[in-house]
Amino acid sequence: MELSGGEILIQSLQDEGVEYVFGYPGGAVLHIYDAIFRQQQVKHILVRHEQGATHMADGYSRATGKPGVVLVTSGPGATNAITGIATAHLDSIPMVIITGQVTSKYIGTDAFQEVDAIGCTRPCVKHNFMVKSPEEIATVMKKAFYVATTGRPGPVVVDIPKDFTAPNVKIPYEYPTDVSMRSYAPVSGGHVGQVRKAVELLAQAKQPMIYTGGGVLMSESHQELRKLSQELGYPVTSTLMGLGAYPASDKQFVGMLGMHGTYEANLGMHNCDVLLAVGVRFDDRVTGEVEHFCPNAKIIHVDIDPTSIAKNVGVDIPIVGDLKVVLTRMLELLAQDSRRANPEDIAKWWSQIEEWKAVKSLAYESSDTVIKPQYVVEKVCEVTNGDAYVTSDVGQHQMWAAQYYKFDEPRRWINSGGLGTMGFGLPAALGVKLAHPESDVVCITGEASIQMCLQELSTALQYGLPVKVVNLNNRYLGMVRQWQEFQYEGRYSSSYVDALPDFVKLAESYNHVGMKIENPADVEGALKEAFAMKDKLVFMDFLTDQTENVYPMIEAGKGHHQMRMHPKVGELS
Amino acid sequence: MSVSKHVVSLLLENESGSLSRVAGLFSMRGYNIESLTVAPTNDPTLSRATIVTSGDDRTIEQITKQLNKLVDVVRLVDLTEAAHVAHEMMMIKVRAPGPQREEIQRLSDIYKGKIVDVTESTFVIELTGDSDKLDSFIKAVGDEQILEVVRSGVTGIARGERGLKV
Ligand SMILES: Cc1ncc(C[n+]2csc(CCOP(=O)(O)OP(=O)(O)O)c2C)c(N)n1
Ligand SMILES: [Mg+2]
Repeated sequence: MELSGGEILIQSLQDEGVEYVFGYPGGAVLHIYDAIFRQQQVKHILVRHEQGATHMADGYSRATGKPGVVLVTSGPGATNAITGIATAHLDSIPMVIITGQVTSKYIGTDAFQEVDAIGCTRPCVKHNFMVKSPEEIATVMKKAFYVATTGRPGPVVVDIPKDFTAPNVKIPYEYPTDVSMRSYAPVSGGHVGQVRKAVELLAQAKQPMIYTGGGVLMSESHQELRKLSQELGYPVTSTLMGLGAYPASDKQFVGMLGMHGTYEANLGMHNCDVLLAVGVRFDDRVTGEVEHFCPNAKIIHVDIDPTSIAKNVGVDIPIVGDLKVVLTRMLELLAQDSRRANPEDIAKWWSQIEEWKAVKSLAYESSDTVIKPQYVVEKVCEVTNGDAYVTSDVGQHQMWAAQYYKFDEPRRWINSGGLGTMGFGLPAALGVKLAHPESDVVCITGEASIQMCLQELSTALQYGLPVKVVNLNNRYLGMVRQWQEFQYEGRYSSSYVDALPDFVKLAESYNHVGMKIENPADVEGALKEAFAMKDKLVFMDFLTDQTENVYPMIEAGKGHHQMRMHPKVGELS
Repeated sequence: MSVSKHVVSLLLENESGSLSRVAGLFSMRGYNIESLTVAPTNDPTLSRATIVTSGDDRTIEQITKQLNKLVDVVRLVDLTEAAHVAHEMMMIKVRAPGPQREEIQRLSDIYKGKIVDVTESTFVIELTGDSDKLDSFIKAVGDEQILEVVRSGVTGIARGERGLKV
């Protein structure tokens, strides 16, 4: 088969089984767009801003486990994509981003729409490739997908000069069946001796904790995690990124840990003697001040990325490996060896945890005059039977979504945890909806975040993507306001969001449905009505309590045992 | 934890972007870099780089792990962990007017230097060895006499059977 470079690129995507490409055309990629036009298999989703394309591909990937694919033009196309590339990078999301480049002979001449896309993206990709000839395209694409999806996944950029995709140069095409790279060999195993030591240590624990993260979702090892946790009977906590790997409604789950984690999860961490950390990276939002982190614990850390181990926190038993393989080995060892922790110790530990739980750290003050954001999230969870795909933006609403929506299944909770990118929620939701057209997809957002990628309401209309937007509108950059209240004596510098649009009219102008909800009594009814409109994007603008804060909170420099609680904790139910 | 100097040696894919990935890693993560040398090996698809860096044990462990994670890095060894040779080459241009010529020549001989360029008023002396030796030569010559100094940065190799191969 003889094809042009542009055709080869699209044919490679077909051979990779790619369903959707999220993109935006421009001069440097016109040959590629022509190749897209002349085939049916790969569907192109035309976004309204390249950042939207990256978040859509990202959302699609998080919801399916498949790599997300993006196509943008050179120069501003590439730079607009960078926020989304960095977002995927920090959360280890497999993506392949194709950036057009100026014609090869003009590279380095400051040509029209020339930017060094390889240089610009280098610090925020897993790897990037500059294509050096049309003959190379197929191999580079194969390598790009391989690197993006194996080991610790991540985004890979492929930069292609325009002339290499031109229709007049035809070359033989064959998509490589496999790939080998001497400089890239993702680990699988996990040192057998280390795994054995870990299992032995777990059997000696008196006050154990299991701390799980996004790696469990990435490696599809939630079943193994569930089995292992249940076999051991130990308390399980999760990072923001890992929610859903272990069912939130299970009795062993003690909630999220970290900056806005529950009292029982954080105190469990602080007081544990053996910590099993799986698919996590000891992020500063999780550990609080590292000097205070788990002062008495022996730490077992399982992760596929050796650089995650002992980066922020020292570890006693490091295990580098694919979680699925390592957790399966642990289960096998537990099956062979009946030694377990002393049940009395574990029972005592659980009763301590129950005491902490009884503090009800997530209780909030309810109201029948002003809508409480936590209440809205609880109702969203009820109305969707806890089974929706929930995306979010960044701020207080994100934390409330994580705290009050009970995620029982993996890949349901989709947010920018690492980079904290406002603007992520709506485009991510659209990507999820493409992947799961029959499921409820809801974006829980804030009036500030939603405006960062609001233009994608137009994409939603074009492709008929009836997601639900729950705007927790507090007229504030709420999370900023909260920090200013706590740390700057209430000097609310530039955190009030003035001159907001009428979101109802705005939604309607895109032919979507808009709703404004101002009374607590109307919350449930509005949600039911909105979710019943299966084929409509409904934008629900909830006017919420402007002064509500996210609790508990670990402030800067504090440890897990120094949480700031709701001022009325204990009186609330 | 105490900070110590390490010589890390790596084999890299000889690709256009690979050196900037290595250099970028150091600036991005705030690691020290004292010197970095790189050139192709007998296998033209591979470059060999030597990096001199410093940090406490934990930092050095992160540096080697992060370098290994770079897709263009094929193999890596921290030479400092075992017996090795780490040398650099220096060319130093010194003022050598009539009366001082002999003394400078003698100094160069003591350090096993080689005079590679001679004019009426200058010498260029080439010197190879460990960095301390080069430092001490610079000191011995003295700032007043020195016109220019150019150093290659350290290149290193393990002693004996140990080595860095694909
Ligand atoms: C692109 C970007 N810019 C700035 C920030 C810093 N930031 C974090 S939360 C926040 C406020 C978000 O406001 P809103 O979306 O209304 O959510 P709320 O906290 O009010 O729920 C800001 C500005 C960010 N995370 N991302
Ligand atoms: Mg807000």
